[in-house]
Amino acid sequence: MLELDVDPALEVPAPPVTVEMHSATPRERKDVEKTTPSEQTLWMLAVRDKRDRVAFGQLFDHFAPRLKGVICRSGISQGQAEDIVQDVMLTVWRKAHLFDPQRAQVSSWIYQIARNRQIDVIRKERRPVPEELKQPEEVQEDASQIVALEQETTRLREALQRLKPAQREMVEKAYLGELSHSDIRAETGLPLGTIKSRIRLGLERLRHELKGTETT
Amino acid sequence: MSGITHHIPDELLIAYASGSLDQAYSLVLAAHISMCDECRARLGAHEAVGGAMLEEFAASDQSISVSSGMKARLMDALDEPYEAPPVYERSGVFPAPVMEALGGLPPKWKPLGMGVRQSILSHGKTGSVRLLYIPGGQAVPDHGHNGLELTLVLQGAFSDETGRFGVGDMEVANSDLEHTPIADEGPACICLAATDAALRFRSFIPRLLQPVFRI
Ligand SMILES: [Zn+2]
Repeated sequence: MLELDVDPALEVPAPPVTVEMHSATPRERKDVEKTTPSEQTLWMLAVRDKRDRVAFGQLFDHFAPRLKGVICRSGISQGQAEDIVQDVMLTVWRKAHLFDPQRAQVSSWIYQIARNRQIDVIRKERRPVPEELKQPEEVQEDASQIVALEQETTRLREALQRLKPAQREMVEKAYLGELSHSDIRAETGLPLGTIKSRIRLGLERLRHELKGTETT
Repeated sequence: MSGITHHIPDELLIAYASGSLDQAYSLVLAAHISMCDECRARLGAHEAVGGAMLEEFAASDQSISVSSGMKARLMDALDEPYEAPPVYERSGVFPAPVMEALGGLPPKWKPLGMGVRQSILSHGKTGSVRLLYIPGGQAVPDHGHNGLELTLVLQGAFSDETGRFGVGDMEVANSDLEHTPIADEGPACICLAATDAALRFRSFIPRLLQPVFRI
């Protein structure tokens, strides 16, 4: 169990949390990196595990303007966009127990909630979502997995920042729901290679998690 | 589930992740992802790109701010009682999203002739989605579709001109594909199928009345 006893109210950057590899053999030791999960992950874990309102407030300060920004792109009014932001953040609070930092970063998890809520509110229908994976009874969170996912996501972000402006615009449009599947199919400039490099790791992480389920 | 060879193409997965895919197709994708770890991981990768958009690109616009008082209202709302929407679980061959579309009840099958049955889950202007039950060895009735048709196998298998589709496989048929799927011999084939137009009953039923022979 990853014990993150960090007071999110601290104004200073989160103190370093020593991350130990899970049952690492001497051979694996060479890959050990000491690092801390991101602020957002720490806030989200505090909300999930301790129902920490200060941490939730920090998530709000960080994500609410960003959510409003992407939701406004769909051309809806400021007022309605704010209603959806409220709805998304309330869902974050209520569904915090489903947050799994080994499988999704906070930003990806909130993105997915925002897409669902936006469809639910605007189309007045519930977007079909995949079955939740069965969680093992006792969650054995592996800090190295959390950090590996964050590092991979950082590399993905850096790759996206290096895109040419026209290509970046296309990625924004595609992922913010402004293109149909046939538009996306016709668009050859999407950096699918960059995205695909993450999939192998995603699968490894999933198998790791499913293995945990089977042995429980 | 292992053995799946026909997965979700990227354009459909991105459209699903970003919320631009119509409801009928979204149900087929959600059902496939429920059965396929590979596509679950791929969806995770696309959602990471979406998360990066949320983090990076929206943050570049400094002019965006939320109304004062919004945060306080939200904090007050945290304690409000609310009714969590029901959570559906897989039942038999039907993954959770299909059970949700069925409202938690077993499918209401309607005979179409030749032992073929269907259960319509929804149909409207933006598409229709239904379950099909095809006895082993039987051809899938001719069912014109104007645009994209997605078919996910939940039980049994079928084969057509493009290949064989077993449990978990999803066939993507564009309007230009003329195909005659035939269920494998053995247990009945149960599929979840979505098309972009409302069902074309008029052309559907008369053809069904003609016996379908296999040679
Ligand atoms: Zn798949």
